[in-house]
Amino acid sequence: MSGLRQGAGRSALIFGATSPVARALAREFARCGYELFLAGRAGEDLEAVASDLRIRHRVSAHACPLDALAFETHAAFFEAVAARTGESLYVAVFCIGSMSDQKAAERDWDAARAMLDTNYTAAVSLLERTAAYFEPRKRGVIGVVGSVAGDRGRQSNYLYGSAKAGLAAYAQGLRNRLWRSGVQVTTIKPGFLDTRMTWGKPGLFGVATPERAAEGIFAALAAGRDVAYVPGFWRGIMLLIGAVPERVFKRLKL
Amino acid sequence: MPPWVRRELSGWARYPVEACHEFRPERRGAVAEILASGGQSSYIARGLGRSYGDCALNRGAGVVNLTRLDRFLNFDEDTGEVRCEAGVSFEALLQTCLPRGWFPPVTPGTKFVTVGGAIANDIHGKNHHADGTFGAAVNEMTLLTPNGERVVCGPQRNADLFWATVGGAGLTGFILDARFRMLKVETAYLKADHLRVKGLAEAMRAMLDSDAGYRYSVAWIDGLARGKSLGRSVLMRANHARLSDLPSGTPNPLWPPPRGRCGVPFKLPSLTLNRWSVRAFNTLYYATHGDAAGKLVDFDAYFYPLDSIAHWYRLYGRRGFVQFQVSFPAASAEAGLAEVLEKLSASGRASFLAVLKRFGAANAGWLSFPSPGFTLALDLPMRDGLPRLLGELESRVLAHGGRIYAAKDALTTADAFRAMYPELGRFRALRAELDPRGLLSSSLARRLGLARAGAEAFA
Ligand SMILES: Cc1cc2nc3c(=O)[nH]c(=O)nc-3n(C[C@H](O)[C@H](O)[C@H](O)COP(=O)(O)OP(=O)(O)OC[C@H]3O[C@@H](n4cnc5c(N)ncnc54)[C@H](O)[C@@H]3O)c2cc1C
Ligand SMILES: NC(=O)c1ccc[n+]([C@@H]2O[C@H](COP(=O)([O-])OP(=O)(O)OC[C@H]3O[C@@H](n4cnc5c(N)ncnc54)[C@H](OP(=O)(O)O)[C@@H]3O)[C@@H](O)[C@H]2O)c1
Repeated sequence: MSGLRQGAGRSALIFGATSPVARALAREFARCGYELFLAGRAGEDLEAVASDLRIRHRVSAHACPLDALAFETHAAFFEAVAARTGESLYVAVFCIGSMSDQKAAERDWDAARAMLDTNYTAAVSLLERTAAYFEPRKRGVIGVVGSVAGDRGRQSNYLYGSAKAGLAAYAQGLRNRLWRSGVQVTTIKPGFLDTRMTWGKPGLFGVATPERAAEGIFAALAAGRDVAYVPGFWRGIMLLIGAVPERVFKRLKL
Repeated sequence: MPPWVRRELSGWARYPVEACHEFRPERRGAVAEILASGGQSSYIARGLGRSYGDCALNRGAGVVNLTRLDRFLNFDEDTGEVRCEAGVSFEALLQTCLPRGWFPPVTPGTKFVTVGGAIANDIHGKNHHADGTFGAAVNEMTLLTPNGERVVCGPQRNADLFWATVGGAGLTGFILDARFRMLKVETAYLKADHLRVKGLAEAMRAMLDSDAGYRYSVAWIDGLARGKSLGRSVLMRANHARLSDLPSGTPNPLWPPPRGRCGVPFKLPSLTLNRWSVRAFNTLYYATHGDAAGKLVDFDAYFYPLDSIAHWYRLYGRRGFVQFQVSFPAASAEAGLAEVLEKLSASGRASFLAVLKRFGAANAGWLSFPSPGFTLALDLPMRDGLPRLLGELESRVLAHGGRIYAAKDALTTADAFRAMYPELGRFRALRAELDPRGLLSSSLARRLGLARAGAEAFA
């Protein structure tokens, strides 16, 4: 479809590059020969992720410091990246996310807001600029990492989930808008992934490694999918969860 | 509070198994946060868990899995110097560096170990007589000490801390990254010579006489042969193959083609391990590994024959096994080894792997295991009576001036360990200063009395 596996002469921009899932995804792109632009909070981890990709895969990989919550910096950030990629930018994947403690966020508006902003508002701010780059060029692939948590609100993490739900609706609209320009927008909905986000949490099942998730994300992008659950079995699980009538669901302790 | 998971952890030998509280930091700064959080009575680092016994265990307390901190930081392809985080595995080192002509300076018999684990146990390979330990190739490392400080140390800088950490079983701090020298090679292959020898004395003599001609040298011993055949073995020695040693047209000299199961140098018996099956296997192995010269073998088949069989420890059944690795100074080696082999052979305890190796000069690591002489390693299935047998062996080892390798050990006593490692007092004194609150500890540290100086009880 989009010929995603052809990376020579192309670059990929990854938001949230320090996440193990994003790292594994960056390696998929590196193996295809993409030049990598790695956006994330400034620091030794971002630098380490960049050097690791350079050394393991002999590709150019650049650390691009970005704070998703510093909205006033986003315009300059994207301009600077676009100036460096020139016309080579072909893929952008949004992996930034944050899941802080739901109970604490219920009591602390600042914490709730940071979570909502990181998962939703920042995505809008950064992806609008990405869309504005791809739209006139009539090409490009945008991946948006949401979550199965956005499919149905649950008492245990509805603040995070509602932001991911908003993100999914945003991506849906963006896909509709960009279809005319031949720009692909793929919504990714991962289930449980084996990262710090789930480490030590109760009630996990079917947990996927970051490598497996990255393979699934890459495959969904390469196949030009609109929405993809990662791993795929989560589609069935979410279908079942979605089928529970609300008057029953609201009584459940989930 | 950094999250942890309660897990039944063990070393590679599945003995002992202990409930530990496992942390798994994914950012460099998170390691210090875990240490500072004070949620556990103590903490110990863990790599890929390929040590055999309890050195990466901490019963009821914190175990910090560092495998997610596995990023390469620098690689100078001209000098072969790598700088990487401690969670980088040897598998990744090989995948990244071998195609560019650089091989790990020292490698254990599995590629599923981390750089951090390699330093903390100061591991040795089949090339110890030529190149020394892994620690000897380390130029510098960054250590997160118990007070949360990052200290850079190396043989030239903070040398005491460095040589306490090399072989220090994770008890001086968390190694965050290390800078070390790789070995230049022309190919991914080895040129191996096999030589059958009839007994222990012959094997040792052959090693002393002609090891100098080989970078790698090891003898596989039939642990069940007795009497005149005691120490019957096959000497397997090799050098890295030069480009000119390969058949012309070898597609990629620096990376062998993917191999299937047939690439395994010998088929493992799928029968249960008992004295008869092992005896049959050993006899067969001895008979089929005839003398051979200049055999080309790829690095995977030569160094990591067991890696192609995932979970081979399961062959030993649910109770697991222990590995027993001992070394003796050259002067007492023959007598010491003979006695150990004799005792094991008489007990009829099947040993699947028994390996003899000559050690070269020791390095300055305070608790580093290798010292000049000979070392013998063997696996023993966990059965009733094994601890008693090992207890008897321990006293024989001491009588012959030998020592036991902590990375492989689960049963040695603190008294014996103190007698084996003369620098232990110094190590404990350094620890008392570095870690007065005892934030770093492990099941091994408590068993062997590594944790604290003085007469305190080791809870
Ligand atoms: C099949 C097989 C063959 C082997 N062959 C050999 C051999 O030939 N020679 C040899 O010497 N050994 C050999 N070993 C043993 C192995 O090399 C060592 O036990 C090694 O230390 C394992 O590394 P690991 O990453 O699994 O560490 P673990 O087993 O997880 O931990 C080992 C020790 O290192 C410490 N540690 C780990 N990471 C860090 C860190 N970042 N900072 C501070 N401390 C840390 C832990 O606290 C622990 O004390 C073999 C093991 C197997 C399973
Ligand atoms: N783990 C799961 O089970 C799971 C399930 C479904 C969906 N997801 C989604 O998958 C994605 C990756 O998550 P993960 O599991 O790999 O966890 P993660 O490591 O915590 O990834 C989150 C990423 O977002 C970045 N980030 C957070 N706040 C930021 C900010 N203000 N500015 C810039 N970057 C910021 C983090 O950077 P820092 O390194 O600087 O913190 C990190 O790179 C997320 O979108 C997550 O919501 C995860």
